[in-house]
Amino acid sequence: MTDRHATDPRDPSRRAFIQAGAALGAGLTLGFHLTPTRAARLSIPTPAGEAFAPNAFIRVTPDGAVTVLVKHLEMGQGVYTGLPALVAEELEVDWKDIRVEAAPTDAKLYNNLLWGPMQGTGGSTAMANSYEQLRRAGATAREMLKEAAARAWQVDRAGLRAESGAVLDPATGRRLGYGRLAEAAALLEVPEHVPLKAAKDFKVIGKGFKRTDTRAKSDGSAQFGLDLHLDGMLTAVVARPPRFGDTLKAFNADRALAVPGVKAVFEIPAGVAVVAADTWSALKGRQALVIEWTPGPAAGLSSAAILASYRDLAKQPGAVARNDGDADRALATAARRIAAEFEVPYLAHAPMEPLNCVVHVREGGCDIWTGDQFQTMDQRNAAQVLGIAPEQVRIHTLYAGGSFGRRANLKSDYIVEGVHIARRMKVPVKTMWTREDDIHGGYYRPCYLHALEAGLDANGRPLGWKHRIVGQSIVAGTPFEAGMVKDGVDHTSVEGAANLPYAIPNLFVDLHSPRLPVPVLWWRAVGSTHTAFATEVFLDELAQAAGEDPVAFRRKLLKGHPRHLAVLDLAAEKAGWGTPLPQGWGRGVAVHESFNSYVAEVAEVSAKPDGTFKVERVVCAVDCGLAVTPDVVRAQMEGGIGFGLAAALHGAVTLEDGRAAQSNFDDYRVLRMKEMPRVEVHIVASEAPPTGVGEPGVPPIAPAVANALFAATGKRPRRLPLGTRLA
Amino acid sequence: MISFVVNGKPRSVDVPDDTPLLWVLRDHLRLTGTKFGCGESLCGACTVHIDGKPAKACSVEVGRLGGKSVVTIEGIAGPVIDALRDAWAELDVPQCGYCHSGQLMRAASLLADNPRPSDADIDQAMNGNLCRCATYQRIRDGIHAAASRLAVRPGA
Ligand code: FES
Ligand code: FES
Repeated sequence: MTDRHATDPRDPSRRAFIQAGAALGAGLTLGFHLTPTRAARLSIPTPAGEAFAPNAFIRVTPDGAVTVLVKHLEMGQGVYTGLPALVAEELEVDWKDIRVEAAPTDAKLYNNLLWGPMQGTGGSTAMANSYEQLRRAGATAREMLKEAAARAWQVDRAGLRAESGAVLDPATGRRLGYGRLAEAAALLEVPEHVPLKAAKDFKVIGKGFKRTDTRAKSDGSAQFGLDLHLDGMLTAVVARPPRFGDTLKAFNADRALAVPGVKAVFEIPAGVAVVAADTWSALKGRQALVIEWTPGPAAGLSSAAILASYRDLAKQPGAVARNDGDADRALATAARRIAAEFEVPYLAHAPMEPLNCVVHVREGGCDIWTGDQFQTMDQRNAAQVLGIAPEQVRIHTLYAGGSFGRRANLKSDYIVEGVHIARRMKVPVKTMWTREDDIHGGYYRPCYLHALEAGLDANGRPLGWKHRIVGQSIVAGTPFEAGMVKDGVDHTSVEGAANLPYAIPNLFVDLHSPRLPVPVLWWRAVGSTHTAFATEVFLDELAQAAGEDPVAFRRKLLKGHPRHLAVLDLAAEKAGWGTPLPQGWGRGVAVHESFNSYVAEVAEVSAKPDGTFKVERVVCAVDCGLAVTPDVVRAQMEGGIGFGLAAALHGAVTLEDGRAAQSNFDDYRVLRMKEMPRVEVHIVASEAPPTGVGEPGVPPIAPAVANALFAATGKRPRRLPLGTRLA
Repeated sequence: MISFVVNGKPRSVDVPDDTPLLWVLRDHLRLTGTKFGCGESLCGACTVHIDGKPAKACSVEVGRLGGKSVVTIEGIAGPVIDALRDAWAELDVPQCGYCHSGQLMRAASLLADNPRPSDADIDQAMNGNLCRCATYQRIRDGIHAAASRLAVRPGA
């Protein structure tokens, strides 16, 4: 089991089979455009012999082992389990016989189908992308192996069956294992049309199978980027500017170079690099550096000042994201008006494994080993530093110890600096970040201000809703700006708000995207991390004003949204909504769609008279279409709730004079064991195509907890983080 | 030169005395199962056993280890860790997995001291081991499951 991922990260390439002429077109088709006179067999040499490689995703070796190449980064979300399951299903291979490897970097073969010609992981797209693609890949291999058997037995393929890694002839009872058929199958044409199994025949999909990586992650053998060691490798850390945008004025390396083990100290665009024989020497060397910085545009900048300026901006109209009816008129005629402001801070991703990469620049190319989330961008950015073609950059994707968006960085910050360092050193260099580097390093979830106002009619029905959002755009200034900013609206700033599902006839949402010298980035669930908080707490306020139960109030407004309604009902029912709770306890609900998955969460909190409180229980209902790996879906909801709760209770990067006031887990607090509530997850049975689960569990938890606190205490929190004690 | 025992084998390293055990294990002995998460004794990713007690390897200077015995995730053996690993596999506890060397080392110490821990005992013992993927519920369940496995095993 432990060698299920037999990838040797030092083996730079295993792509010979691609020369068979296979190429994947865009869209959901697995098209193989073979020249009539085939240049090569559909095979590739491996340590276990010549492997049948019918497409970019599958290899069958003569020993019968089936390896699935996964193009998505395994960062905890289970892609090394859910995606191979799709192949196992169609290829008819027993789950225990499936091996998994990270796919190499190739934007043509391994592009994210939902992103265009880009290889990368994010937006909870892995399963949605792969459901058809990998089943088709598996079915194609299956039909070719059947054809190989049919020819060996001189019978018609249509009469044969595939089962448990073998082809079976029901007429005679004879069988041939895939391993023995592999060589012959590699000589066949790739069929264009292959039948996919009907859902009722699934044996793997939707069933209870285990993750492929648990053993390796329980005995220390799983290899993360930070664990890689290459012969002759050096380790580097970088002294970066204290504030965002400060520039290097001068530095003295003498004392750093005097530290035993330190090999080199030099300037790179990101700061001053200290390269040493090992980590401790590098860290001591960095500490010994004397550096002078020239203050940049962030000097004097503080979170408090930023939010104050946002409050001013919120008084002016912004770029319009949605405009139904006439919200101003509706508010003017409303029987009752309610207004509220919500604030959320900057957040660091703080994945458990700090950022790192190993880079080796040599003549004619560059190799990069890391838990890589955005291969195509990283390839381009690395190539640009070196003045070579992107194809000359080979990225070897290792396990990532979390990411939550931090590793999908359009500027490839942590890779680009590694390339600068390795170029100079000529040997492999591991560039690593400390936790302090990580918390100070920027690329935060932006801080936002939300100003909401709504009007109810005399019966308590919402007539109008105005929602103004103020906060930095994540994609401004990146290559994604052109595609993702429309009419001044960055979709990622308003998602979850501009598509508010509630039936409110006059609905207006607008946006200000001020530019600031603070690097920002998507953070697990992106815009929904703050829009869900503002909208779902505010909706609770409307229910309160209308004198209605929060679930009943939402139900009435969700008539046209059956999937929202179904998760809301399921969560409410399983949570025992409306049943009595102990003294001092309260229940709160939130429902939110993100990444095409629908999640409702009911939180129960207990509050003490001194204002301290605890989140005791969370009941979650999720509709993610067909749940390919139900236990991974449950795990992602549990984890998403815990991750979201960390931010709801504690998460805040506070800027003071242009830098984060926090630096490690003592002041950038995350969730600890004692704070983890009991989480119950219920999955809506569905045959709709699968959608994402990595992110959608996150958005509802903050508003559900805030609403539960209101129910428990009568106090309405409108600012995150909540802290451990209500003000 | 500092000499101590790692996973039952005598080892000697020639590093400055103030080098944290964590970097000696990872960089010099190539035992990378022990992870770096904070370097400040705040996250537990680097948890190992020193003379049988859990310790944070990032905050132990190797110069103080002379003659002591260190056990890491690669070397830990016996019925307790076996039961924990089986429970981890049964419940698929890890997500990214990065924290789980530390989680398992800490959990093994807990069960060695307290074969039937309550939820509160678990919360107390495991509170210093962070998991950003928030696999806490399954860690709790996994420790209970391992405790039950050990309880039914005669002589364990
Ligand atoms: S790395 Fe040692 S406690 Fe975090
Ligand atoms: S499993 Fe990812 S940090 Fe614990």
